[in-house]
Amino acid sequence: MKRTGYFLYRTSKNYFFYGMCVVGTLIALVPLYLILYHTLALGLPALNWNFFTQMPKPVGEPGGGLANAIAGTLILVGLGACIGLPVGILAGIYLSEFGNGIFGTIVRFLTDVLNGVPSIVTGVVAYTLIVIPTRHFSAYAGAVALGILMVPTITRTTEEMLRMVPTMYREAALALGISQWKMTLRIVVKTASGGIVTGIMLAIARIAGETAPLLFTALNNRFWHTTLDQPIASLTVFIYNYGVSPFEDWIAQAWAGALVLISLILILSIAMRFATRSKYQASSL
Amino acid sequence: MTDLKMKITTENVHAFFGTNEALKGISVSIPEHSVVAIIGPSGCGKSTFLRALNRMHETVPGGKITGTILLDGADIYAMDAVTVRKRVGMVFQKPNPFPTMSIFDNVAAGLTMNGIRDRKLVKEIVEESLHKAALWDEVKDNLGKSGVSLSGGQQQRLCIARSLAVNPEVILMDEPASALDPISTAKIEELIYELKPHYTIVIVTHNMQQAARVSDYTAFFYIGTLVEYGITKKIFTMPEKKQTEDYITGRFG
Amino acid sequence: MRLGNASIALQENKADLFFRGIVRFVALLIVVLVCLMAYEMYASSAPTREKFGFSFFFSSAWDPVQDQYGALPFIFGTLVSSLIALLLAVPISIGIAVVLSELAPPFIEKPLSFVIELLAGIPSIVYGLWGFFVLVPWLRGDVEPLLISLFGSTPFFSGTPFGIGMLAAGMILAIMILPIIASISRDVLNAVPRAQREAALALGSTRWESTVIALRYSRSGIIGSAILGLGRAFGETMAVTMVIGNRPGISASLLDPASTMASVLANEFTEATSTLYVSALVEIALTLFVVAVLVNSVARLLVWSVTRQDGGRA
Repeated sequence: MKRTGYFLYRTSKNYFFYGMCVVGTLIALVPLYLILYHTLALGLPALNWNFFTQMPKPVGEPGGGLANAIAGTLILVGLGACIGLPVGILAGIYLSEFGNGIFGTIVRFLTDVLNGVPSIVTGVVAYTLIVIPTRHFSAYAGAVALGILMVPTITRTTEEMLRMVPTMYREAALALGISQWKMTLRIVVKTASGGIVTGIMLAIARIAGETAPLLFTALNNRFWHTTLDQPIASLTVFIYNYGVSPFEDWIAQAWAGALVLISLILILSIAMRFATRSKYQASSL
Repeated sequence: MTDLKMKITTENVHAFFGTNEALKGISVSIPEHSVVAIIGPSGCGKSTFLRALNRMHETVPGGKITGTILLDGADIYAMDAVTVRKRVGMVFQKPNPFPTMSIFDNVAAGLTMNGIRDRKLVKEIVEESLHKAALWDEVKDNLGKSGVSLSGGQQQRLCIARSLAVNPEVILMDEPASALDPISTAKIEELIYELKPHYTIVIVTHNMQQAARVSDYTAFFYIGTLVEYGITKKIFTMPEKKQTEDYITGRFG
Repeated sequence: MRLGNASIALQENKADLFFRGIVRFVALLIVVLVCLMAYEMYASSAPTREKFGFSFFFSSAWDPVQDQYGALPFIFGTLVSSLIALLLAVPISIGIAVVLSELAPPFIEKPLSFVIELLAGIPSIVYGLWGFFVLVPWLRGDVEPLLISLFGSTPFFSGTPFGIGMLAAGMILAIMILPIIASISRDVLNAVPRAQREAALALGSTRWESTVIALRYSRSGIIGSAILGLGRAFGETMAVTMVIGNRPGISASLLDPASTMASVLANEFTEATSTLYVSALVEIALTLFVVAVLVNSVARLLVWSVTRQDGGRA
């Protein structure tokens, strides 16, 4: 009798705890659903042609758009990538092909350290490195901050993808009398290119959504940028400024901006999933 | 053997992986236009020796070679490694055509990556190499297909064509048929026979019957040392060393 | 026809050296960069370091007008909000990990994993926007009055329901760190050798009991992921700054507004006029940097040691 009772207790414990896990998972999905729902519901109405083409109107005047902010984000991301991509890819190549010693371990460790640095701290560093000496906020400063943020992600994915290329291809290339640098770039990197591009897209998605490091580097700009060594508008900072403002119109535009951001990231995520999926199907050996 | 021209001569070659000595004083002469088989139990250093001949051993961390290796009388360590590898080609145990390239590009890889731009010339060499590797008829209509879409045996012949395109003088083969089915194996062995008049071939094999079939000379390695080296027929019928005899008759292996 | 001759080959050698040199140089750049970051912040915070010394971390006097700076309120805010986030996120994340690793069939597990990773991709500012316009009103209207009526006598839930404050920040942070704890815990759980679970089942335990054994086995990896989540929570800026109220102060009540190291930087950096003010903020950034580095290193070591054990790659 006791045996059955205890067994029932254990069985119900079984269902209870598994049930709790499922409940927990559902609880976690609720905010995700709500965020997507609200962004869509509140952002879609304000998402019109004007949003993409018009400039912000002066304070208090309704209407206008965030064309300069969208352009600004594209410029900042593009410039940041000019810094982050070469450094990340070359460092990834180093770690994969040459980084098996102590120096490699140090670099790998510091890349992880860099990855864990809060983005606002990176903004502070960009401020002291660039804004202070040049005496003004600029797109360059913002781009440097974003570029630094990209490096760890790209370095790590590049290294991982390159390591996944089997040694036998390297050996086959060397045995043909192909020099090491050609072998690395034109065979190893080429083979891993799908995964590397995925890493790049991941990094771009991350920095496109960053606000904190831009707050005191690129600052913001209600007007179209004229040069790159002045403050420049960005979608994220505009969302922040508009979101905390008292104007309904601006708040609606903030949500529209959030919708644009989320859509961009969603598209990139799905594209990345596609890219990695087809990679696995390609290897038939 | 003494009146033959030697293509490769090694003198007292030792090979190390860090502090681990894998080859202990190998002195061997490989005659031109012959097929030399290297046999021996697992771990005896056959592959290590092969990879010393085209300076691939040093690409492994901790890989070191002492002693002399002469190619046509010239020390390969006095030459640039890249040059050595162009003259001494290698085919690996597992067929490894480059996965991102077509059949054509695979064969042309050694040429295009070394700056040969003349497309007509490249096309000629690719076709010629595929003929030599007995693969042309099977792929001539599909040169644009991916290199990895072929069967195992075809991929290995593709790798052989790829090595041939660079016009080496020596071809090293590291157990080229061990991953293949019997029919493909037979094709590869036939290929070796056809290539012999134009190249010098050194083949590592764990299959003694294969060594007996394809090679003119056989070297028996055991735990890093060269136990016996001579004409294949003699090694397999009247070996001089007891160890050789034991291995051949299957007393260990 | 001979391909390549000695001089071309030697050139290739030079190209190889150049290539190796460049990648080594860039790798060195990363080392230099991290050191430079630390150095810059250290140098730029010299004024406050010299003036206040270690009392900077123990004083709660944050008065820019009087040029008095103490970082204690922000350290307090960061710690408490992150701890609330951990308390909320870890149980749920483990639940998610169990569902992903053991319960869900593949046709549910893959989209579910994808969806959880989507949570990780949402930018901080969007969390902030949603937190401010949706979460905070809900807290103000429904949750906090309830908490006050239930626990108002304790110091933790006393005060007026503003909506914004420590609790809101903790909740938003919890949502944000869920994905990382859940996905690493799922990976760690997946890495538990089948033999362990099967041994438990063979001894007659229920499925849940074998799961508990698997959880115990992956304990250090899960702790590592929690610490990683903690590190992430420490550095979160935009979402926190929009819901925490940005009032430097130390209070026991979760319903009171507060401020974190990251949020004060976001708020006050552009308004910092005097050198001492900027120096104080940079010193806070430096503290955040050091803390984040330490926490992440510990976490990585834990997670790394677990995945290494089972033959995984670091």
